[in-house]
Amino acid sequence: MGAGMTVTSPATAETGPATSPSRVFLVPRRALAVAGLLLPLLLAALWEWVAAKNLISVRLMPPPSRIWATMSDLAARGELTIHVLATLYRVFVGFAIGALAGTLIGAVAGASEAVRRIIDPTLQSLRSVPSIAWVPLFILWLGIFETSKIALIAVGVFFPVYLGVAGAIESIDRKLLEVGRVFRLSRPALVRRVMLPAVLPAWIISLRSGLGLGFMFVVAAEFMGASEGLGYLLVDGQQMGKPDQILGAIIAFAVLGKICDWVLVLVTKPLLVWQDTARRSL
Amino acid sequence: MLRLERLSKTYADGTQALSAINVEVGGGEILALVGGSGCGKTTLLRLIAGLDTATEGRVIVSGETITSPHEAVGIVFQEPRLLPWLKVEDNVGFGLAGLPAAERRERVDHALERVGLAGYGKRWPRELSGGQQQRIAIARAFVARPKVLLLDEPFSALDAFTRASLHEHLLLLWEETRPTVVMVTHDVEEAVTLADRIIVMRPKPGRVYETVSAHLDRPRDKLSAGFEKTKRRVMNALDRSLRPETPRPSVAEVEAAASY
Repeated sequence: MGAGMTVTSPATAETGPATSPSRVFLVPRRALAVAGLLLPLLLAALWEWVAAKNLISVRLMPPPSRIWATMSDLAARGELTIHVLATLYRVFVGFAIGALAGTLIGAVAGASEAVRRIIDPTLQSLRSVPSIAWVPLFILWLGIFETSKIALIAVGVFFPVYLGVAGAIESIDRKLLEVGRVFRLSRPALVRRVMLPAVLPAWIISLRSGLGLGFMFVVAAEFMGASEGLGYLLVDGQQMGKPDQILGAIIAFAVLGKICDWVLVLVTKPLLVWQDTARRSL
Repeated sequence: MLRLERLSKTYADGTQALSAINVEVGGGEILALVGGSGCGKTTLLRLIAGLDTATEGRVIVSGETITSPHEAVGIVFQEPRLLPWLKVEDNVGFGLAGLPAAERRERVDHALERVGLAGYGKRWPRELSGGQQQRIAIARAFVARPKVLLLDEPFSALDAFTRASLHEHLLLLWEETRPTVVMVTHDVEEAVTLADRIIVMRPKPGRVYETVSAHLDRPRDKLSAGFEKTKRRVMNALDRSLRPETPRPSVAEVEAAASY
């Protein structure tokens, strides 16, 4: 499949400018997207070749073909789906709770100087606690099952969202708020019609970094004794000496994380069409 | 219509921005405020708009004292200040949320037409030039039909051609509802082109230095003798206002001169 794409797409890249001049600007972008896919495929091919020549220890560094075989075997037995769904479920629930709490508390802290001065120092110091440090405590408090895992992920998501929202509210352009004042908007109307749209771009960026941290924390969560999930595949692979399974789980994390981020970007894109950003003109 | 009574503003750091401003502006009159930087022109507009509160004195619009933004008072800022997340039509109709959709649409379309941007309603502000954005800001202020419209150097960032066409658009809109207009400008020609009366202000603290009336026929002929004469009078007053305190005529001198 991958090989097919690499062959057909550069072909359109070459014929595109010749057939229609208006597509000149589209083609390089598509070609670049293909090049972005090409890099990991090239690295995989190189790895495969090095392994085939026995230049590396195949037992510790299984080639992509071996990883693929292991993962398709897991998939065929329906196990991969279970692990992926378990991990996704934890990330989503943890993300939802963390993002909601981060947004609400961030909004209050951003809107009220007093609240910010009271809670911000505490939150900032909690933020610098490494994720793993929470694990023993959460297990003691919330047990070994889902609750403690979701709590850990929620903590991870909370901080970037809190910081992003509080910072965005503080930096809302005073001049735009004045437009709201001139038209005598009530406080709720000012929040809805000026403040919320103004913080939207920063909020979405904070959600994206929160989601990234959610994936980071789900591994820590699944290290603390899970019987399913991609993190479990990592631990299991280490204990059973299956590097192909570990690498397969790592790749699965990379793919899942990228897909989730992409979905988030896609879903929020219509909210930001008005933006006049560098990205658009580049 | 609009009355400023002994209006003074001293900032928290002790800077006296305005001192005892007494001005009366009639209904439908266009008043221009000119003066060197730091003479409190913008502060004065912000007080009338109710965005700041006066330290002393008061602002009265149709008998009502203004202490916070009021529906009878509209303002166009130095920058367009459009909300980037709203389409042009929603920016123009921003202050009309309380009206039925049909009436809002009608007023917005009409205002867009008057500022020469009919058909631009569905665009984003980022797609417009600076002059077009400022026209949208003017339309936004007009659709709310204020009795008093304040303009804070709204044309200062634009080139001479754009500025001249914006003057026309402004006068077209003004003729429809004839609001009282108070505009701040640093451009004497602009003041004489638009205003019925020009107040020259003097800085530190800001106060009224001289008033020049400019009751010329509209549309104004910039090459006419009357236009030229009014412009020169404003410029002379401005020159004198910027000189050190001493040459300023005392009340006694003025009275002595008047008796001749």
